[in-house]
Amino acid sequence: MIQKIGFNVLQVITVMLLAPLLKGILNRWKERLQSKRGPSIFQTYFDIWKLFHKDQVFPETSTWIFRITPYIVFAAPIFVTLLIPVLTSYPLFFAFMGDMVGGGFVLALAGFFATLAAVDTSNPYGAMGASRTRMVSFLAEPVFMMVFFTVAFVAGSTIPYIVQQYWVESLSNFFEPSHVLIIVAFFMLIIAETGSIPVDNPSGHFELAMIDESKSLEYSGSGAALMKWAGSMKLFVLLSIFCNVLVSPWGLASGQSFGEVLIAVPLVFCKLLAVVTLLVIVESSFSKLRLFRISEFLSVAFIISIAAVLTKLLEL
Amino acid sequence: MLDPVLARHLNPLVGGLFLLVTFGLIATRQVLAAVRIFILQSLLLSFSAALLGLVNNSFHLYAVAVITVATKVLLIPLFLRGRLGADMHARREVTLSVGIPSSLLAALALTGFAYVIMEPLVQSADTDIIVNASVGTAVLLIGAYAIVVRREALPQLMALLAMENGAFFAGISIAPDLPMIAELAAAFDVVIIVVVLGLLTKKIDERVGHTTVGDLDELKEG
Repeated sequence: MIQKIGFNVLQVITVMLLAPLLKGILNRWKERLQSKRGPSIFQTYFDIWKLFHKDQVFPETSTWIFRITPYIVFAAPIFVTLLIPVLTSYPLFFAFMGDMVGGGFVLALAGFFATLAAVDTSNPYGAMGASRTRMVSFLAEPVFMMVFFTVAFVAGSTIPYIVQQYWVESLSNFFEPSHVLIIVAFFMLIIAETGSIPVDNPSGHFELAMIDESKSLEYSGSGAALMKWAGSMKLFVLLSIFCNVLVSPWGLASGQSFGEVLIAVPLVFCKLLAVVTLLVIVESSFSKLRLFRISEFLSVAFIISIAAVLTKLLEL
Repeated sequence: MLDPVLARHLNPLVGGLFLLVTFGLIATRQVLAAVRIFILQSLLLSFSAALLGLVNNSFHLYAVAVITVATKVLLIPLFLRGRLGADMHARREVTLSVGIPSSLLAALALTGFAYVIMEPLVQSADTDIIVNASVGTAVLLIGAYAIVVRREALPQLMALLAMENGAFFAGISIAPDLPMIAELAAAFDVVIIVVVLGLLTKKIDERVGHTTVGDLDELKEG
């Protein structure tokens, strides 16, 4: 049991340390694909390091909500990490504390506090960005629900480890149409939730067009560092759910020994890089959607997830 | 070489993707995207035909796959590009009489409806027939819906072709030993339909100056 707790802690450390690197590689590759030189892949680490050494400034109108939000936003992906398979294919100590819906709730809690804090600053851009994020997430909510519903229906459970076991069992389960449709729908969700093109432009500097970014505009110093770090961890966590639970458990450690779990770290990271490549291609080949077209994007995701249930329900 | 057992597993996947691509047809606003989706859909149709050919050990279905690639993936898009190039590459958005989110919901309802009406027919059949017949019927209905909703000639033509693909998708599973002559006739029918409608569209464009046929709803005297 001590060993499993140890692996769980290792999982959290992996996510915390490698998440900025993943984000850095994503940014670098995106710029490279657009024929620019791009920042160093370690840029996110430098940014976080720099911000931790700066003083914090709080808006005069802000209350305690603004102050505690970075900690909640930072803690949420760590809690989710405890619930999902990041390195091992067998359940760890905290695996049965919550299912995928629980993980979704924890991430939603962070989103809720980030929204409150943005309104709390009384900066008009903050409130605008917050309301837009809410719009995107309430449109994404039904898709989340349908994805979880389908997963529960197909695999008989929403615990990520069990879902993953079901889809590894045999090749025919993997090639089920409902599985493929769920993969597509969840990928669209990741795009919406991490604020990538075509839903949002993460590298934009124009406040009026921002969706996700404008919520953390007012943060400075360590608050900003935590928000930035949390953003990259959220990306890491969502991509690992996508990779490890829904697509392929390749590279996960199946043995109990410490060495095997340690080797899983680079293997899983390589797998995540493959998804990052896909994300980079998507981000570079589409343009950002107009705000009211986002509902179309997410309704496509919704329809795909419903089609997944339908094909399963009617035993296609 | 694939073995028939794996082909039987892969066919539902192709069916699911076929349905997914058809939803894409409902969700696009540009003509060129609709043409690309049609090409993708035809490719999936030929995949399914080849897989079913493997399952049923039927030479005719391989022929269907080859004919589909030749006519629908190569010939028709090339013809459309040659004849209606300017119209096809137009960057403007197609006028729709129903918004995309509601259209998608309607398409979903049609899919459910297709399953319900096909269920008594395919109850005791093989999985291939269940998959192909239900998905094919769904695509047929969605294509018909798209024709009604789109208000321009070229997107309507693409929707008609999608409908035809749906009918073929259902057909290849029900009649795996369809005589070759019927397949050839069907395949060339499609090309002729495209030629006729393409020329008609071209003429409308020359006369009226645009192809928004949805606006052509009243007669002018004199």
